[in-house]
Amino acid sequence: MKRFATLYDALDASTSTRAKVEAMRAYFAATPAEDAAWAVYVLAGGKLRQAAPSRLLRETGARVAGLPDWLFDECYEAVGDLAETLALILPPPEADGDVPLHRWVDRLGALRAAGAGDKPALLESAWRALDARSRFLFNKLITGGLRVGVSRLLVTRALSSVAGVPAETIAQRLIGYLASDPSRAGMSGARYEALIAPPGDGELGLQPYPFFLAHPLQQAPAEVLGAAEDWLAEWKWDGIRGQLVRRAGEAALWSRGEELVSERFPELIEAALTLPEGCVLDGEVLAWQDGAPLPFARLQTRITRKTVSRRLIADVPVVFMAYDLLEQDGQDLRPQPQWTRRQKLEQLLATRPHPRLMSSPLIGGDWPTLAGQRAQARDRGVEGLMLKRRDAAYGVGRVKSDARGQWWKWKIDPWTVDAVLLYAQRGHGRRAGLYSDYTFAVWSEAADGTRTLMPFAKAYSGLTDAEMRAVDAFIKANTIERFGPVCSVRPELVFELGFEGLQASPRHKSGIAVRFPRMLRWRQDKPAAEADTLEALKALLSAGTAIRNE
Amino acid sequence: MRTDLITLRPEGLYCAAGDFHIDPWRPVARAVITHAHSDHARTGHAAYLASREGERVLRARLGDIALQTLDYGERLRIGDATVSLHPAGHVLGSAQVRVEVEGEVWVASGDYKLEADGTCSAFEPVRAHTFISESTFGLPVYRWRPQAELLAELNRWWAANADAGRSSVVFAYAFGKAQRILAGLDTRIGAVICHGAVEAMNRAYRDSGVALPATRAVSEGLDADLLRRALVIAPPSAQGSPWMKRFGDYADCFASGWMQVRGARRRRAVDRGLVMSDHADWPALMRAIGETGAQRVIVTHGQVAPMVRWLNEQGLEAGAFRTEFGDERDDADSALQTATGDADAPPA
Repeated sequence: MKRFATLYDALDASTSTRAKVEAMRAYFAATPAEDAAWAVYVLAGGKLRQAAPSRLLRETGARVAGLPDWLFDECYEAVGDLAETLALILPPPEADGDVPLHRWVDRLGALRAAGAGDKPALLESAWRALDARSRFLFNKLITGGLRVGVSRLLVTRALSSVAGVPAETIAQRLIGYLASDPSRAGMSGARYEALIAPPGDGELGLQPYPFFLAHPLQQAPAEVLGAAEDWLAEWKWDGIRGQLVRRAGEAALWSRGEELVSERFPELIEAALTLPEGCVLDGEVLAWQDGAPLPFARLQTRITRKTVSRRLIADVPVVFMAYDLLEQDGQDLRPQPQWTRRQKLEQLLATRPHPRLMSSPLIGGDWPTLAGQRAQARDRGVEGLMLKRRDAAYGVGRVKSDARGQWWKWKIDPWTVDAVLLYAQRGHGRRAGLYSDYTFAVWSEAADGTRTLMPFAKAYSGLTDAEMRAVDAFIKANTIERFGPVCSVRPELVFELGFEGLQASPRHKSGIAVRFPRMLRWRQDKPAAEADTLEALKALLSAGTAIRNE
Repeated sequence: MRTDLITLRPEGLYCAAGDFHIDPWRPVARAVITHAHSDHARTGHAAYLASREGERVLRARLGDIALQTLDYGERLRIGDATVSLHPAGHVLGSAQVRVEVEGEVWVASGDYKLEADGTCSAFEPVRAHTFISESTFGLPVYRWRPQAELLAELNRWWAANADAGRSSVVFAYAFGKAQRILAGLDTRIGAVICHGAVEAMNRAYRDSGVALPATRAVSEGLDADLLRRALVIAPPSAQGSPWMKRFGDYADCFASGWMQVRGARRRRAVDRGLVMSDHADWPALMRAIGETGAQRVIVTHGQVAPMVRWLNEQGLEAGAFRTEFGDERDDADSALQTATGDADAPPA
């Protein structure tokens, strides 16, 4: 565990990608397979089922440290991370032994399996045996995740360099490696050895390819991308990115998080089985009715449920909107030009038509024509346009190379609203201790003309560090009341919020729910009285609905 | 019932029996100063009283002031009050102010730490009926390791950087923390370079008789070989400034009690956080308060609410003074302000 803790510290301390890859490489080279197996899993973002509920951790931690619950909560609020708070307040360890990582994960399993009555004692004895750094990691593992600023891509690179196996091979195996929860399926040194073994023949199974991700386009396309005829344009769909894999008599649907979601969309699996063997489609899962997409919120009902009932399938029909063909007849098509893959995709879907398998149409025209199409995106229920270079290969992840080989998302400008900061909560991670999570309100007018502020959205992102410190200072000096971790703030600060869409929502007091709200800028020029009104927001809602229903 | 010996006035903490203020934030006739940090020692008072140990540093900060000094423990009658100063162990010259009137004793701590650091007189507990305490790090998550361990770690880090041919930059508050680090460096590793703001305080320390290793200034025109093995001490405000460019691809470290929390460390974006504070940690606050024997405690700044509640739960009579010492707005980030003009941020 100490070796892993040292690796963690090195990763945590460094902002250099090269240093991180080197630290992992050195760790993997020196670590026995049964430990490395777990290290890969947690570093690459694999999750473990929570071994003990947070409430129990807090109560046990407070008791062992001899602190009243309220003081524990104050500490937690200042630190912003439960695992770290516990590591900081617990009494010094009793032993200074070093137990291998995989043994600790075993203890984690024992903790998970134990009854509620036995967990506190198991926790306490684990804490007593660990030093402060290892305690922190152990607590992190109990609560499920590590989050140390290492992407799966970096882990892939480190493993590739340790094993001398191509990064693509590792990336593909890693998807399967991370897809099954080892707290159920088990983990072993053998799995790690298989992960880094030399590539064999026909080992693909149902694994997808690493997704190629798009960059947001901030400028006008003509400035960055050159001539429009070198590019393919498609709608940017507001659904779930996925790969439909059809191999060896089976089919699987993977989401962009490289999570297997076949069970949520049985009708798409059925459709995929009509495709020929050895093919992989890249595209978007969309809720779809009468030739148009349904709002994302409808699709969400299909992913939040554990089991998908027949009724839900009927209520929220879905399609797979394909826009790329990554494999055909068992051949990897990714090195081929975008245009070639696109043609093959269209031919394939034309020869094997299925109502649930659609091909995302190409949108032609010069940049001004495309800009005009983009302006109408919202009316069509899409987020804008995707731009893909005709002669480019399919890449891995969100690589920063030549701008011309990228996929670009040219999203529609967001809707905006000027809203008043009403409540604040301290953040976590690198925002620990800072008021960084805000609730915003707009003015709501009652029948008698009195105006009150109606909360309608939360936002966390969009401010610079310096702005956030300034807002934090304002909040601390202008707190009206505290409710646990949340405080109400004198309503004076106005922010321009951007959001992608809005929906009527009976669950919200304001009656509306906004999608992807974030702060675009701090309107220091605007007094709170001049912020927008709920009526204005609701007007957007009816406008949007009217168009959607046409 | 007797009136309180020290009360809160708009100008600051006030003792009516002696008609003087302690660390006032607005101009007054007579100010007793606990220590020379800018949130405690301000310009504009007609007369100052401070410790003899701190005379040079106070003058270095405030310039030409009407200053009377006392040795630690020396008693001075002011009006109906007897005043004496006692080491607070925070920075050079830092003092707790003991005020006695007709047998009743109040002690105002200013800022303090319990561990002796070798660059100033060590903290001495003073018995009191009422103790006025800081609470900058008044939460149980703040627990410091011994200074010797921290300095050994710092020297190891420096040596590793020097061997890799990179200079090591330590960001530390220019007055107090910087000299404490300087005094603990293993100068066999390489040269020590100080930023001008740090060097000004080094001079005041040396003039006061504190032995510090030799330091260099960038104005000397230092050669590249020396820089590669050098350790640089600079104030936090220098981070990201053009002054840093001359050190090339350096490793950096931030020395502050706030570095105890990972979020603060990541926000600061340095390679390393050295958890070294000039304030008492949680166990030390408890010990200091206990050793005064005080039944009543008044908390001035830092983690005020939790400290007051905790002390009340321990059976003491605890309350708060709303002061302008490192106020709540700065609690998470006082030493972390990256904006210019760090001088006014209280050190940690």
